[in-house]
Amino acid sequence: MTHTFAAITVLAYLASMGLYLRFLFSGKELTGRLATLLMFLGLVTHYLALLMRARGTHTVPYHDLQGSMVLFGWLLAVTYLCLEIYHKQRTVGGFVLPVILVFFLAAYLVPDHSNTPTTVHGVVFALHVTLSILAYAAFALSCVLSLMYLAEERVLRMRRLGEVVWRLPPLELLERMSHTSVLVGLVTIAVGTSLGFLTVDRQLATEHYSYFDPKYVFTLFVLALYAIYFRLARTAAWRGARASKLCVFNFALVVVNFAVINIYFSQHHRYF
Amino acid sequence: MEIVLVGLNFRTAPVEVREKVSFSHEQALRASEELRARGILEETLVLSTCNRSEVYGVHPVGNRESAAALSSYLSNFHHVHPEQLNPSLYHHYDHDVVRHLFRVSAGLESMLLGEAEILGQVREAYLRAHEDHVTGPVLNRMFQAALEVGKRVRAETELGTRPMGVASAGMKLAERIFGKLNDRSALVLGAGTISEQVVSQLRERNIKNLYLSNRSREKAEEFAKQYNGTVVEWGEWDTSLRLPDVIVSAVGVQEPLLTKSLIEKAMAARGNRALFLMDLGLPRNIAPAVAELYNTYLYTMDDLTEIVQQNRNARQSEIPKAEALVEEHVGKFISWQASVELIGVLDTLRASLKERRAAFLQEKLAGMNHFSPEDREHLGVLMDELIERLLIAPAERLRAEKEFRKKIQSLEAIRELYLSDREKS
Repeated sequence: MTHTFAAITVLAYLASMGLYLRFLFSGKELTGRLATLLMFLGLVTHYLALLMRARGTHTVPYHDLQGSMVLFGWLLAVTYLCLEIYHKQRTVGGFVLPVILVFFLAAYLVPDHSNTPTTVHGVVFALHVTLSILAYAAFALSCVLSLMYLAEERVLRMRRLGEVVWRLPPLELLERMSHTSVLVGLVTIAVGTSLGFLTVDRQLATEHYSYFDPKYVFTLFVLALYAIYFRLARTAAWRGARASKLCVFNFALVVVNFAVINIYFSQHHRYF
Repeated sequence: MEIVLVGLNFRTAPVEVREKVSFSHEQALRASEELRARGILEETLVLSTCNRSEVYGVHPVGNRESAAALSSYLSNFHHVHPEQLNPSLYHHYDHDVVRHLFRVSAGLESMLLGEAEILGQVREAYLRAHEDHVTGPVLNRMFQAALEVGKRVRAETELGTRPMGVASAGMKLAERIFGKLNDRSALVLGAGTISEQVVSQLRERNIKNLYLSNRSREKAEEFAKQYNGTVVEWGEWDTSLRLPDVIVSAVGVQEPLLTKSLIEKAMAARGNRALFLMDLGLPRNIAPAVAELYNTYLYTMDDLTEIVQQNRNARQSEIPKAEALVEEHVGKFISWQASVELIGVLDTLRASLKERRAAFLQEKLAGMNHFSPEDREHLGVLMDELIERLLIAPAERLRAEKEFRKKIQSLEAIRELYLSDREKS
């Protein structure tokens, strides 16, 4: 059943991506609506695939790399769809869906990693994980938007306009969308990290938990950098391309946090 | 039911002839009413723009000479000698009229390929004619379909999306940066023709604040009054350059008017918010080094001309797509027309057969006195039912016929075989 849902999800996302790209070139409203509809369908089956995964563990699937990746992909899709509806802008879909697809497919392609499941459970912990991954998804989205901004800004400044530039969202809208996305990321990572500390606090008495995990330090560092971005992006010296570059740099640190710090330095985090 | 069109456009007539044959709304109404009153046309619609004057109509049954009558009427109406007018006129009939109108509304027959204005003009002409009750079912259907074609061509092809003039190309570029311009400010330097084109584009986009500056304060004020702008003092760049998001310069200067240091200061004052500059002057009004400044986007006349040229080529390549849409709708209209004609032919045929049935019964039953009046009536009802049954089969077959040509051939065959000359017309 999991595989059926996964197959439908991949097909829906692929079709949606194709339609989003077609919409980018044709500008046909119907194509855009169909793309959103298919993405929504993918989102539903993606959720069902997640549910199947979670059935065995009775909690959010964060015990393995695959589960975390599928969850990340789903939250990225949810964040994007909310942003699309909020800003009424469909031209970004074709650029976000490949990222979602890569994470979704990679989860099924990477070898099954047997690992020691975490002994921590409960609603607070599940929320901590979910919100943290949602923050990563929002930051990933802001990174895609910033890359789009940089590409379009370059094209406009170099005066080498191609076919697509007339269809892309205006630079200032891309900037606003990126800010919204970072704001979502900042709020969720702040709440998620606080819940993480609360979990540690609860576990201190019974387990070998401590506050001195490099993951905490790095996450707080990333949070600070995004807060700085959020502030700088509104200043004279940084608004525009510089802020977008900072946003891309910050996301590179998120990837380091997710991939390097988790695996090689953290004691209590592996896949979230 | 035959549709006719007589008209002239920028391709067939010079401006001197076009201006003589153009119609005001009142003239269009008067002409439509006269054409109907004289029996030249049953339905009429006059489409008159600066590039074309066209009279669309539907012939009354049996009058296939109305194109000639229309030409003569136009000549009389506008007091233009037929010898001067006739070489410029074109005549189209039936499907060619439909195709022509759909092409006009798609922008394929416009001087500026794909321009959007014509669709509004077609809509306006149709709505007025409809309100004046000079159109009928055929022209209503045809013009509604034409508006649909126009909309589809603009939505589904690139024919109308790309800017074709330097001023509109500049505005489209500004929209790539800011989005809608209705909450933005613009400063236009100069009060010549190019500046006027730009200002008109800005006003079309409902620019929030429009600042105008010119060496001659008087001319600037006149310009500002015309376009509801605010005059800013010429040369007071420190204050005026910090206000707008879009700066357009089109003045005659020997040295660049806006230097890098001036714009740099303005950018600092406006908190480095993006600034779009259009240099439409020759020699250049804005120093090229301005393009190096952070968050500034500078486009010169050459850049914009190149974009316009690219767009022109791109629009040309969209013609086949637009033509395919036109043909699709022509096909739909023809099918509708055929179905209307089918109903008409069947009605005539039914009436004719019933008439013959009545005569037949009267003749054959004359010597058969043993039939009571009730029997005779019953026989008549039975024969009517037979006629209905005989008519249903060909009607259904014709309705189901997908290929239009075959449908029309069958319709013509029925007309030829069963109807008298009087009934055929």
